[in-house]
Amino acid sequence: MIIQSVKMAWEAVTSNKMRSFLTMLGIIIGVTALVVLVSLISGATNSITGEVAALGNDMLMVNVLDDKGAPLRLEDLPELASEKYVDQISPSSSMTAAAKYQTTDTTVSVYGVTPAYYDIQGLEIEEGRFLKRADIENRSYVAVLSYDAADELFGTTNQVIGRHFTVDGRSFEVVGMLSQEESMMASMMSGFAVYVPFSVESRMAGQPYIQSMCVSATGKTDDAEKVMKEALLKRFQNDEDAFSVINMSSISSAMATITDTLSLLLGSIAAISLVVGGIGIMNIMLVSVTERTREIGIRKAIGAGHLSIMMQFLIEALMLSLMGCAVGLALSSGILAVVSKIAGTITFTMSGSVVMLSVCFSSAIGLIFGLYPANKAAKKHPIEALRYDG
Amino acid sequence: MAEGKPIIEMKDITKTYHIGGEEVHALDHATLTIREGEFVAIIGPSGSGKSTLMNIMGCLDVADSGEYLLDGQAIEKYSDDELAKIRNRKIGFVFQNFNLLSRMTAQENIELPLIYQGVSANERRARAQAAIERVGLSDRAKHKPTELSGGQQQRVAVARALATKPSLILADEPTGNLDSRTGNDIMRLFCELNEAGNTIVLITHSEKVAAQAQRRIRIMDGHLEECEDTAPYAAPKEGEKA
Repeated sequence: MIIQSVKMAWEAVTSNKMRSFLTMLGIIIGVTALVVLVSLISGATNSITGEVAALGNDMLMVNVLDDKGAPLRLEDLPELASEKYVDQISPSSSMTAAAKYQTTDTTVSVYGVTPAYYDIQGLEIEEGRFLKRADIENRSYVAVLSYDAADELFGTTNQVIGRHFTVDGRSFEVVGMLSQEESMMASMMSGFAVYVPFSVESRMAGQPYIQSMCVSATGKTDDAEKVMKEALLKRFQNDEDAFSVINMSSISSAMATITDTLSLLLGSIAAISLVVGGIGIMNIMLVSVTERTREIGIRKAIGAGHLSIMMQFLIEALMLSLMGCAVGLALSSGILAVVSKIAGTITFTMSGSVVMLSVCFSSAIGLIFGLYPANKAAKKHPIEALRYDG
Repeated sequence: MAEGKPIIEMKDITKTYHIGGEEVHALDHATLTIREGEFVAIIGPSGSGKSTLMNIMGCLDVADSGEYLLDGQAIEKYSDDELAKIRNRKIGFVFQNFNLLSRMTAQENIELPLIYQGVSANERRARAQAAIERVGLSDRAKHKPTELSGGQQQRVAVARALATKPSLILADEPTGNLDSRTGNDIMRLFCELNEAGNTIVLITHSEKVAAQAQRRIRIMDGHLEECEDTAPYAAPKEGEKA
């Protein structure tokens, strides 16, 4: 019975191809709009959250704005790090300086850090080693270069370990080089980074106290954030304005909220066009029911019940909307492939969930907007329907 | 011919329409019995109530009052869906304007009532082929109604009526849209079907067409009246006017 209904619906849909296509067009456009918009947003979101995560999703950035006569020193860090939920702390003061190697001059960002920085930031070493405790204590003039900085300064990234270069006239020995940053944003933010012992950098900058540091958490960053704030409040006379704590994960969760809202908004706009497409289906189905009044009469006379007629027209509406959905999905995948090619770095793909969503939505629209015409067809009286002259 | 079991038993069937505030008694206490194997013609001019009789007999409509037993089943209390089921299994319709579905081939048209019965595809095909063979159109099975002549279309319609092996074939002016020669062919087909044991009720306004039935019933202003002058039952020869 279902197979027969599907066959009949197929015949009806294909018997008037232009009309069927125009009817489907509403659904095609609606599905395409829905899938393309949602996929574009989720593609962009993935890319952005990827970048944000690469910056360090699970750490806090602490800046001291006013030390209230109780400045933070390197020696104070172990005490802060022993707080609950806090894992490691490293100062992360930075300055811009001129680096020189042979005839090459370049501006670099010098970061004064401790070994803990490596773990907190999740850095990866390509060659050599990162800074060690002894380097801090001995105020050694050693430096770890980022891949880009090494490339810029030496013109090569081969055999850079052991080379000497100067920063603001002081000679440093290269002890390590980091791996190349995969994330565009992270490499942009860190720039030509040169990591030196905090003790060395603070002397060069003439700022012996810690003004900014990064903190990693043992568990949730939210817990660590709370603990850090309490400890710092105690230290800085309960002045909330004396320092700032930035939770990097709250940045990415704020970002997620924004993009979620955006995709919901654009998705709903696309859904409206799907509903409009559904109304188009209902319109054509009503015309079709009137046109086929005689057919309905004949079918009823030879024994089609209410359900058979209803099913026939409902399946026809469903078929129109699902075919429209299929064409829309095909069109969307084409558009996304083209957009991905143009965008280059970001790839946009249709997620299974958005495909499922559009199939479900299209089916629901086919059913809802097909119901009224189908019922109208099924309720026709056989005698009157047989007598109808269309 | 009164020995067969009754297929149709109507008792005091009344149907009244209200048209423009006026009551029209389309059927007024009509009483009628038709037995298995009979070939009955119901004759009446337009407006005599014969369409109403045919609609009620064919379970397309229900009477206002009275009793109607079709093949022993009282049908006056049935719902629309139950009536559809009865039409499907017990009645084979042949209409004046053929009423075939134009998008389907002859074979598919004949299979349609069997689809609604839920008959399997293989059996459907076999029964449709047998029916189309019976009306002599096996070579036209794959043609659509628009590719067939009027007579051929009516034969397909008869085959569709036969395919369900109904208790009753109900023909409403089956020759009305045909020229007299093809009309005769169709009438001869009905006679053959009747000889093979089918019960046929033919509704017509033409005395000549009615003359070919065994038994004639005249309808006038909603009243039924048996024609006593039972003419010798004879199928017309080829070329003869119906």
